[in-house]
Amino acid sequence: MNNKSRLSLLVVQILIVSLMVALFGRLFYLQVAAGPKYRDAALSIQSRDVVAPATRGLIVDGFGVPLAMNKAGLAITIDRIAIDKLEDKGVGVMKRLAALLKLKYKDIYQNTRLCGELPKGAKAGCWQGSRFQPIPITKSADPDIALQIVERSDSFPGVDAQPVAIRSYPSYLDVNAAHVLGYVGPLTESDLLQGNGNKYFRSETIGKTGLEIQYDSYLRGEPGIRTVIVDRKESVTRESQNTKPVAGDHLVTSLDVRLQASAEKALKDAVLRGRANGYTSDSGAAVVMDIKTGRILALASYPTYDPNAWERGLTVQQATDLFSEKKSVPALNRALQGLFAPASTFKVVSVVAAAAAGYNLNATYSCPSQVQVGTRAFQNFDSKNQGSMNMTKAIAVSCDTIWYQIAFDEWLRDGGLRPKSSPNDYFFKAAQSFKITQKVGIDLPTESTSRLADRAYKKSWYQQNKDFYCNYKERATKAQQTPFLLQLAAENCVDGDKVRAGDAVNFSIGQGDTVVTPLKLTQMYAAIGNGGTIWQALVAKAVVKTDGTVVQKFTPKKLGTLTAAPSTIKFLQKSLREVVVSGTGAGVFAGFPIEVSGKTGTGQVFGRNPNGTLKDDTSWFASFAPSKNPRYAVVMMVGQGGFGASTSGVGVRQIYSTLFGVTGNKVVPGAALFPQGKPPTLLPKISPATKPKEATK
Amino acid sequence: MSQIQARQRLYRRSRQSIVHGFDPVLTAVVGLLLFVGTLLVWAATRDWYTRNGLDGQYYLKRHIINILIGLVLAYAVTVIDYRLLRAYTPFLWGAGVLGLIVVLIPGLGAEINGAKAWIALPGGFQIQPAELAKIAIIIGMSMILSERSHDSDGPTTNDVLQSLAVAAIPVLLIIVQPDMGTVLIISAAVVTIIAVSGVPARWVVGLLLLAVLGGFVAVKAGVISEYQVNRLQTFVDPNADTQGAGYQLRQARITVGSGGLIGTGLFNGPQTSGRFVPEQQTDFIFTVAGEQLGFIGSGGILILYLILLMRGFSIARRTNDPFGRLVCTGVIAWFAFQIFENIGMTLGLMPMTGVPLPFISYGGSSMFATLIGIGLLQNVHARLRG
Repeated sequence: MNNKSRLSLLVVQILIVSLMVALFGRLFYLQVAAGPKYRDAALSIQSRDVVAPATRGLIVDGFGVPLAMNKAGLAITIDRIAIDKLEDKGVGVMKRLAALLKLKYKDIYQNTRLCGELPKGAKAGCWQGSRFQPIPITKSADPDIALQIVERSDSFPGVDAQPVAIRSYPSYLDVNAAHVLGYVGPLTESDLLQGNGNKYFRSETIGKTGLEIQYDSYLRGEPGIRTVIVDRKESVTRESQNTKPVAGDHLVTSLDVRLQASAEKALKDAVLRGRANGYTSDSGAAVVMDIKTGRILALASYPTYDPNAWERGLTVQQATDLFSEKKSVPALNRALQGLFAPASTFKVVSVVAAAAAGYNLNATYSCPSQVQVGTRAFQNFDSKNQGSMNMTKAIAVSCDTIWYQIAFDEWLRDGGLRPKSSPNDYFFKAAQSFKITQKVGIDLPTESTSRLADRAYKKSWYQQNKDFYCNYKERATKAQQTPFLLQLAAENCVDGDKVRAGDAVNFSIGQGDTVVTPLKLTQMYAAIGNGGTIWQALVAKAVVKTDGTVVQKFTPKKLGTLTAAPSTIKFLQKSLREVVVSGTGAGVFAGFPIEVSGKTGTGQVFGRNPNGTLKDDTSWFASFAPSKNPRYAVVMMVGQGGFGASTSGVGVRQIYSTLFGVTGNKVVPGAALFPQGKPPTLLPKISPATKPKEATK
Repeated sequence: MSQIQARQRLYRRSRQSIVHGFDPVLTAVVGLLLFVGTLLVWAATRDWYTRNGLDGQYYLKRHIINILIGLVLAYAVTVIDYRLLRAYTPFLWGAGVLGLIVVLIPGLGAEINGAKAWIALPGGFQIQPAELAKIAIIIGMSMILSERSHDSDGPTTNDVLQSLAVAAIPVLLIIVQPDMGTVLIISAAVVTIIAVSGVPARWVVGLLLLAVLGGFVAVKAGVISEYQVNRLQTFVDPNADTQGAGYQLRQARITVGSGGLIGTGLFNGPQTSGRFVPEQQTDFIFTVAGEQLGFIGSGGILILYLILLMRGFSIARRTNDPFGRLVCTGVIAWFAFQIFENIGMTLGLMPMTGVPLPFISYGGSSMFATLIGIGLLQNVHARLRG
């Protein structure tokens, strides 16, 4: 063999060995390095899970009355894969179905579109699940109609009817509680991708908001799963697992159906009263808290929605309304998501501040019609000169000018626009001692954090807005170029990061940039009522298995203590009682047989409504009772509701009437919701058949 | 002594010692591959056929018959001194080309998977002339390139052109079928034989350039059918088509990958049993090995192939006879590129073509041809000193 041939042979040999090595390397990658990934992929090709959903646990009130339960329903479902294969993409089928079920074709069409398929802004009522799940059109179909559909399967290709368990909110005493309970719905793709760390199956239903999502892991139970291995023709070759469903655990809450229903009615009445008096009254919230534990006894938000609508089949109109500004966004839980200026209810903070700053709470102060703060005169409420008075009286009649003077003096003492390196900041510190910027910690999703307009807030606000104000002429619209606004912008550009005199003065009467949630204010008043303990708000009491064994108890948790002298707290309690005896709350509570302590608030709101009218005042009434040994805090807020007393104060009286069993000006014996003077501590027996005890009228 | 007598003596002697002269390692490796292949063909077909009410051992039985016929053919090839084979080469080549023409005649050729590559025989058997044409080309080219009618050190330009003509006619017929996988493998073997024959390097470089250009023109001018372009495109982007060639390639990769290190166990692969990969007993048989035997088993098969190829090189290097060396080289190149194309396709390294895996895939023609190839290697080995 010549050398050339020998060399060529060697080259060929090397080439071929390299080819084999390449195969070997690729094989190693596929089987060893990426093996687990491919094993999962293979599993999803070969195996099919047949999921038998577990019965969802009940949600009950403190006496065991169901707020959420299950009932048998008949679902009519559409298989998107099947109807998409039809020539008309299922239009005919959906039209026939709409006629049969007496629904709108438009709704059925929208309900069967995946949310991802629809353009932004037109997603209302879309299907949040995947294409591979049968999409329910309704879950409470008439059996006769379901039978017609099944019998005429040739005119209804891809449509099926099957019995399902549906979530039902029984609404005893017309209770709604939608914002607390939430609702259930289909899994989304991100749930399936284990976005929240849980493993789900396509056909499962999960909690979407409220308690239903918060305690979903307990309520959901474990679905039964039969996994089968299939071949290419989808015929089953063998069964690889078969587990029975495990029913979900029940959730016992501290709510009381009767009180919740009463709070909802009182809130709605308050809103309507506000409207009758000529106010916009577009929203509201009411909270009842056990101030010795922080447990929530009732929590209402207005406007609300029907939590049963989802299982019945949400129409496009219903879905749009939920988030519609015109309908005041019923989906919003105002009690914990609504942020409003607390107005005069915030003066309890100013009392704590004044006491810390060394003001004598028992001395006499003057309440003039206005106070000169720098170049601006700040008016008393209604510009009234009330003369001299002690501070209890000042709280009772809700004098503003006392606080303007103290806040302005303290602001000057702290260095005014050139603050000292360590200012006293009595007002900010008093507010912080109520833990305003910390969440209430309620066991419900998406709580908003209340905001304190202190020095740190001003700095961060300035960072975000200085560009706008310092280039106001270029950035602002023509309509915004009025001389007043131009001057304001110039001021904001120069010292927008500083707490100005006006800010300090506004802060002392709960106006300006400080905003709180109704729930936060409830927590603050509860702390005053109980002597200074700030409790975390809690709805859940326990999780109980279907056989009655307790899985977990939720014990109240202290978030902190109010840093105020006991004498200051005593003073606050006395003053708040005086409000109801002789002050702004006296008229509303005239003749009420239970001693109530509270504070009215009428908060100014800037801006305009969508229809162009100026926004009306926020109506507040924050309270606790009985005054001698307080046990409950009740707070009501009506957005654009007008005066604190006449709109919300009356509502709060209504709630106390139910709570203490008051009719007219008399306590009806045996009518109090909690005969022992406190909410039940023992866990109730749980049965879907439990009905609420009718409060004696 | 006349030349004829000498040849006859040589023939007798070879026959007496022929099995003795076999390379034992090569024999053992081929035996192992045939055994594993038989199990894999069985594992690929048993469950599906049983479940669908058919004979679960149908493919097993026919595969064993194919192996037995192949072994007889291989033995027959070893018995005749390969140097005498030269005399039969023109007939073999002619038969191959005839077969390739017959498959193109409507009514005689059977079309499977878009290629007219088979002649249907009675009894459900089919024959694929392209497989036999490979042998004809290798022997024919080797014969032309090893004959020295002058004092030159290597083949002349004339020799090279003649040998290319020997290859070109069958290759053109196969392009018409079309069976691009086989064309690819034959082309690789042709270039390898020419390279090892001792021609100047410019020939090799020129041929490689021609191959690239040819491929380009073929795609552009539409010589390659749409079916094939699709296959090529799905090789570039496997997710482009969820049910066609891309689907098959992805299923193949998933099946192999799911085997992991040790596999699911022979006869115990849900992917195979569910028949998610098409052509499981033929072109995609390596997926069965991948799933059921895992990296250890399928890597073992690769090692067996490597040993087989190395033995082939060893024989090619040791023989003093240029004809024998070129035959060995051609056979090795054919095996190597066919293995690479088949497994590479299964693992997603190569585009999808319909070539069987030597010694393992179910299929008579391929089994006969590859075993005849082994017969040729053993033939040369047995006469290393002859």
